[in-house]
Amino acid sequence: MTAHSGETPTETPGARTAVDFAAGHETAGADVPAGPLAQSLRQYFRAWGLQIRSGNSGILPVVLAVVLVAVVFEIITPEHAFLRPSNLVYIFGLSTVYMVLAMAETVVLLLAEIDLSVGAVALIGGVIAFKLVQQPGPGWPWWAAILATLACCGVIGALQGTLVARLKIPSFVVTLGGFLLFSGILVVILGGANGSLSVSSTAPNQRVIYDLVQGLIPPVAGWVALAVVVGIAGAALWLRASARRRQGLVTPPASLIAIRIALVALVGVAVVLVCAVNRGTALVAVAGVPWVIPIVFVVLGAWTLLLQRTRFGRYVYAIGGNPEAARRAGVSLVAIRTWSFALCSATAGLGGILLGSFFYGQYSTNTSDPGQLVLYSVGASVIGGVSLFGGRGKAIHGVLGGLLIGGIAYGVSLLNLGPLASPLEYIVPGGVLLAAVLVDVLSRRGTGSVTRV
Amino acid sequence: MTETNEAPDGASRSSDGVEPLLKLRGIDKHFGPVQALYGVNLDLPAGQVTGLCGDNGAGKSVLTRCIAGVHQPDHGQIYFEGRPVHIRSTRDASALGIETVYQDLALADNLDIVQNMFLGRELLRHRLLDEDSMERRAAETLSTLRVTTVRSIRQPVASLSGGQRQAVAVAKAAMWNSKLVLLDEPTAALGVVQTRTVLDLVKRLRDQGLAVMVISHNLNDVFEVADRIAVLHLGRMVAEGPTTDFTRQSVVEYMTTGSANGRPFEPAGSASVEG
Repeated sequence: MTAHSGETPTETPGARTAVDFAAGHETAGADVPAGPLAQSLRQYFRAWGLQIRSGNSGILPVVLAVVLVAVVFEIITPEHAFLRPSNLVYIFGLSTVYMVLAMAETVVLLLAEIDLSVGAVALIGGVIAFKLVQQPGPGWPWWAAILATLACCGVIGALQGTLVARLKIPSFVVTLGGFLLFSGILVVILGGANGSLSVSSTAPNQRVIYDLVQGLIPPVAGWVALAVVVGIAGAALWLRASARRRQGLVTPPASLIAIRIALVALVGVAVVLVCAVNRGTALVAVAGVPWVIPIVFVVLGAWTLLLQRTRFGRYVYAIGGNPEAARRAGVSLVAIRTWSFALCSATAGLGGILLGSFFYGQYSTNTSDPGQLVLYSVGASVIGGVSLFGGRGKAIHGVLGGLLIGGIAYGVSLLNLGPLASPLEYIVPGGVLLAAVLVDVLSRRGTGSVTRV
Repeated sequence: MTETNEAPDGASRSSDGVEPLLKLRGIDKHFGPVQALYGVNLDLPAGQVTGLCGDNGAGKSVLTRCIAGVHQPDHGQIYFEGRPVHIRSTRDASALGIETVYQDLALADNLDIVQNMFLGRELLRHRLLDEDSMERRAAETLSTLRVTTVRSIRQPVASLSGGQRQAVAVAKAAMWNSKLVLLDEPTAALGVVQTRTVLDLVKRLRDQGLAVMVISHNLNDVFEVADRIAVLHLGRMVAEGPTTDFTRQSVVEYMTTGSANGRPFEPAGSASVEG
C-alpha cells in the first residue's frame, strides 16, 4: 500500500505528452505556462496509455501476466485444479520466498549491479537461524536467532559490497564467487550430500520459526486485520493526496486515488477470502491467512519506505541513473553501494528462513537449490519490471514478479509431465525472464535513455 | 527578455570601481611538467556575465576547475567578496555560493526534475524526504527563472529536450543562494531555439545579481550574452575587459595568437595612448 503512495510523485500524468510536445514543437512550447496539469481522469488515462507505449508502464504488465498465467494454467492443468484455494495458498507460500528474494535483488539491480549470491546467502541464513534455535544446541529464542541471521547475512553482503564498491570488481564476478563459496559451505553445514536440518513443530520456541509460513491466522482475525490495514492505508493515501492538491502540487485525480484504494481493498479481500476457505477435511479444518502474507507486506512496506522516502533510496536511484551525477552531487558511491549489498543479503537471509519454514521446517541438501533460487529471484525482479540497467523499479515489482514466478513454477509441477516436469521448471521461467529482459531493453531504447554504450 | 541591445549597461558597471565578487590574482597551475596556467588574473563582478574564450588547450577548463574547487592552484590567490579564500573541494565552493554547470549536465535521467534539482541536498522532515517542500521550492525557482517549457516538474529528465535539460541544470545551480555560476559550454549541442532559451536564462541570472561565467567556443553566444570578455591563450590571460572593447575579429586573433593587430590587449581606459 505504501508502494502506491510512493508511486504518486514519480508516475506523472502527462509526462509523455509533454515529451512529444517538447520534441515536436519546442518553439510553440516556449509560450505555454507551466500551470497545473490537466487532471481529469480521462486525460490521466490517456497520458498513462502513452506512458505504457513508451515503456514506463509501472506494474500493469506484470499484473496482466499474473492474470494470464492464472487463466492459462487453470485451463491446462488436469481437473482445472490450479485455482483451487489449497493450491492458491500453496502458491502464496512458495511465492513469498521469491518475493522476499526479489525485493532483496531489486536494490542491487537499481544500482545497475547484480547479486548472484542471493540464493546461497538465503540458504546460509536459513541454516544459521535453524541451527541457533536447535535444542539441544544453542537454543536461542526465535527472535534472537532471526536477528542474528539478518546480521550475519548483512555482514556477508557488506563484504561482497566492499569488494564491488571499493576495489571496483564487477559485481557479477564477486557474487558468482560468493554463490559458489556459500553453496559449498551450505553442504558442509548440512552434513554432506544427504544432510538435513529441521526445526520441531512441537517445541514452542522452534514452532515460531516453523509457523512463519505454515502458521495460520484465523479467518476472523484476518478480516479484522485487513479492514484495519486498508482503512489506515487508504485514509493516509487519500489525506496526503488531498493535502498535496490543496497546495497545488502534482497530484493524480481524486477518482484515480479512489480507484487505487478500491483495487488494493479488492485484492486484500480476494486473498483473505481464498485463505478463509477450509482446505482440510470436514474433521480437521485448515483455514486462515498464512503468517507469511503480513510478513511480506511488512518487508514490502519497509523497502518501499527506504527506497522512495529516504535519502539512501534517492541515492540508489541516482547512482543507477547516472553515477557521475550522483558523485558530483556529493553522494558517497562506496557507502551507498556497500550498504545496498548488505541490505540485499540481510533481506535474502529472511527469505531463507521463510524457505525453511515453507518446507515444513526442514532444510535438506536436496530441497535447497541455490542456483534455482537466484534464477527465480533475479527473474522475479526483472519480470516484475525492475530494469537490469539500473535506476528503474520498485519493491512492489519484486513482489508481483515473485507471485508470477511462483505461479509458473507450481503450475508446471501440476501438469503431471513426469520426467519433463523438472526441466520445465527451468525452461518456462527462463523463457519468461528472457522475454522480460527483451521488453526492458526495447522499451528503454524507445525512450532513448539507454546510458550504456 | 526585452533587453536586446548588444552592449548592455553592464559594460559601464565594470569600471565603476566596485570590488568584483571573485578576483583571481597570479594563478599558476601545472600538471607534472605541463604548465597549464601562468599567473592568470581575472575579475568576475556580480550582476555581470563574463565570457571566457580560448582555443582548445588554452586552459579554460583548468581555470574553471580551480574556481570550482576541483583543482587547487599552485600559486596565486583567489579573493571572494574581497576576502582571500582557499577552495579545496567542490563543497568549499558550494559553501561560498559557487556552482558549476558541467558540459555533460550531470543530471540523472531516471529522476524527475525536482529530484535532480535537490540531488545531494534533499530536504528532510522526520528523517524522511520532504517531497512537498522540495517540489514547491523547485517550482518557485523555475518560475522565477521563467523556465516554463516543461509541462510537469515531476516528469523524468529523460523525457526533456536538450534545452530543457540545460535549463534544469542551470536552475539547479542557481537555486542554492548561489552568487557565482560557472557554465561550461552551455549551448554546445543545442539547436537555435534551445540556445536562445538558455541564453535568456543566463541573462536572467545576471539580472538577479549573480555573477556568471560562460565558457564558450561560440563567439555569437559570447557577444550575445557577455558583459565582459576574457581570453586565454596558452595558459595566459591575454585580454580581459568590457565586451565593447572587443570585436569578433579581435577575439579570434587573441584566441589564436595572443594579440590583435600585432599588439597586446589594452584596456579601453588606457587606449587613448594609441596613436
